[in-house]
Amino acid sequence: MATIEESEKRAPWVLLSPALVTIALLLVVPVMFIVVYSFWLRTSVGGVEPAFSLANWREALTDRFYLDILISTVRIAAITTIVCALVGYPVAYFVARAKGVNRGFLLLLLMLPFWVSYIIRTMSWINILGVSGAVNSLLLSIGLIDEPVQMLYNEATVILGLVHFLLPFMILNTYVSLDGIDRALEDAANSLGANPMQTFWEVTLPLSVPGLAAGSVLCFVLGAGTYITPIVLGGPTDAMFANLVFEAIITQLDWPLGAVLSLMLLVVLGAVVLVYNRFMGLGHIAKGIG
Amino acid sequence: MDDTKRYERLREMFGNGDIGRRKFLGLLGAAGAAYGVQMPFGNMAFAQDVSEVRFDGWGGVVSEAFREKAFDPYTKKTGIEVVDGTFGSGDEYLARVKTAQEGEYNIAHLSGVFDYARYHNLGFSTSLNTDNIPNLDLVIPKLVDVFRAVSGDQLSCVPYDYGTTGLAYNRKYISDEEMKEQGARILLNEKYKGKIGGWSDWRTRIWYGALQTDQDPNNIQDMDAVWDAIRTHRDLALKYWGSGAELMSLLAEEEIYVTEGWSGRIYALQEQGHDIGYYDPPNGFGWQECLFVIKGSPLGAVEELLNFMLAPETSIAVAEAQNYPPALDPSKVDLGSKIPKLPAFDPTGTLDGLTFANPDYWNGNEAEWSKMFGRVQKGY
Repeated sequence: MATIEESEKRAPWVLLSPALVTIALLLVVPVMFIVVYSFWLRTSVGGVEPAFSLANWREALTDRFYLDILISTVRIAAITTIVCALVGYPVAYFVARAKGVNRGFLLLLLMLPFWVSYIIRTMSWINILGVSGAVNSLLLSIGLIDEPVQMLYNEATVILGLVHFLLPFMILNTYVSLDGIDRALEDAANSLGANPMQTFWEVTLPLSVPGLAAGSVLCFVLGAGTYITPIVLGGPTDAMFANLVFEAIITQLDWPLGAVLSLMLLVVLGAVVLVYNRFMGLGHIAKGIG
Repeated sequence: MDDTKRYERLREMFGNGDIGRRKFLGLLGAAGAAYGVQMPFGNMAFAQDVSEVRFDGWGGVVSEAFREKAFDPYTKKTGIEVVDGTFGSGDEYLARVKTAQEGEYNIAHLSGVFDYARYHNLGFSTSLNTDNIPNLDLVIPKLVDVFRAVSGDQLSCVPYDYGTTGLAYNRKYISDEEMKEQGARILLNEKYKGKIGGWSDWRTRIWYGALQTDQDPNNIQDMDAVWDAIRTHRDLALKYWGSGAELMSLLAEEEIYVTEGWSGRIYALQEQGHDIGYYDPPNGFGWQECLFVIKGSPLGAVEELLNFMLAPETSIAVAEAQNYPPALDPSKVDLGSKIPKLPAFDPTGTLDGLTFANPDYWNGNEAEWSKMFGRVQKGY
């Protein structure tokens, strides 16, 4: 009996072992490497010198520059998330309420952006909002403006690019949540005298919050970690924290400082995910992207 | 008999029932183990039997020129494939090389002696046998000497072309006279706010900051004034560009009217019919590019490729396609009719008219200046 019991206890671990090994090799080990690097030092020619120094941590945590960019990154990611939620919710609601072939078609449309490279999608805004882009050409041709309006290369276009990139994640997560709501509950609210608006505010919206939150945490984490969008659509000062990591590692060849900055971003984003997990549970995210 | 044939015979014997399943699988396993054991030594044995060489360059029209005018003819002649990759900056490429296995990257189209020095100082250089590269004798001697000086008389590269980072401007909005009058300071002119661009490269920004504050870029005395000039430029600029393609797009689409630009890319824009002017201000940023061979590369094949690329017919064809003058000495080689018209071309072969970055000076300040520029660039 004891043998069967032991083997039953072992079974889940045996079944999980491929996933655990994969996570260990692809996530835990690289992060450990980054932690080790963070205590090393940059040599004068751009190499690394094994050491145990807190100099990089001290610099990153006490220098206002890094903190300011981190705050700016969090702000941009938060604005992006809010815009995604405001724009994405009605779309998700519409898809969830669509029937038959229409719903399948709309879901297919939501998936379409994933088939095109993120960089290409980001760069497409240059052709839309550029001085000789589609919007300016249209406005000029109908005589609404006399000369092209400069719309690109500022924080607003960075947020626009991020919304474009992240909106499908928000819509899909919210859709899953809305689709899972028992329609009988809405009918019950109606039969008890609630008008459609009251039904939405008091039944539908609260029940769809888990999906909305899952979409929000995904949008926030992915948005805060991006560095391509500010490079392509941002102006000279529109950098995000991931750009600092890129510059430390690639331009300055300061891998130890880059490791510290990576870990700082990881801690901030990890904290957001932990807070989400505490109140909502990570299972909702898996539903949305699975 | 090769391994594939042995396997096919074995499989045939198994199929005919001459050997049992257990024996078939056992022999396969033994073959696999033997192959695994001999692999490290096998690699050494095959080292001279090179079938491909990896080349990394700047992408865009430059890569197209190399592919069409050099690599394809070389492969046709030797049977050795040239696998070409691209990079956006020398810094980015160095980070890649640092993390790669020895031999993974072979030749890089590096810009500037300072890059050569960085790679050498990090231990990525090798020692070429120049006897295997006879066409090196056709190269401007000054270009070879500066590399030899860095790596102790050894060479880990061959010079290939040169150019400048001068001022590019849209003639519809800025006249040639205005450009000559203002020089590098035009990038600080309030009149063009929102229509100014600049390369997001710390060296270029500091070089132009030095010019804008009347200082020698190879001996800057007042660094604070340079940072202030960079800040002023940043506040007037619409965008820092990060690649030649982006530079060309910003100018061609009239998103910006003036920026620094790479001479060959601006010439390419002019060839396409865009009315873009190009002006090298006094002490403008000159640079020479080389084909750098990375430690661990198959030297025989690489030297053969370098010699092929330095052959006048190849070198001139590449230069005409990428719009940068070749490193060939005009006093030794007839460079044809197009090259003398290219910006930055020096008909004397002395290159005395160009100012190059002093590698010791710039690499000595790299850590501090690249970091500081990262801050200034972001509004500090």
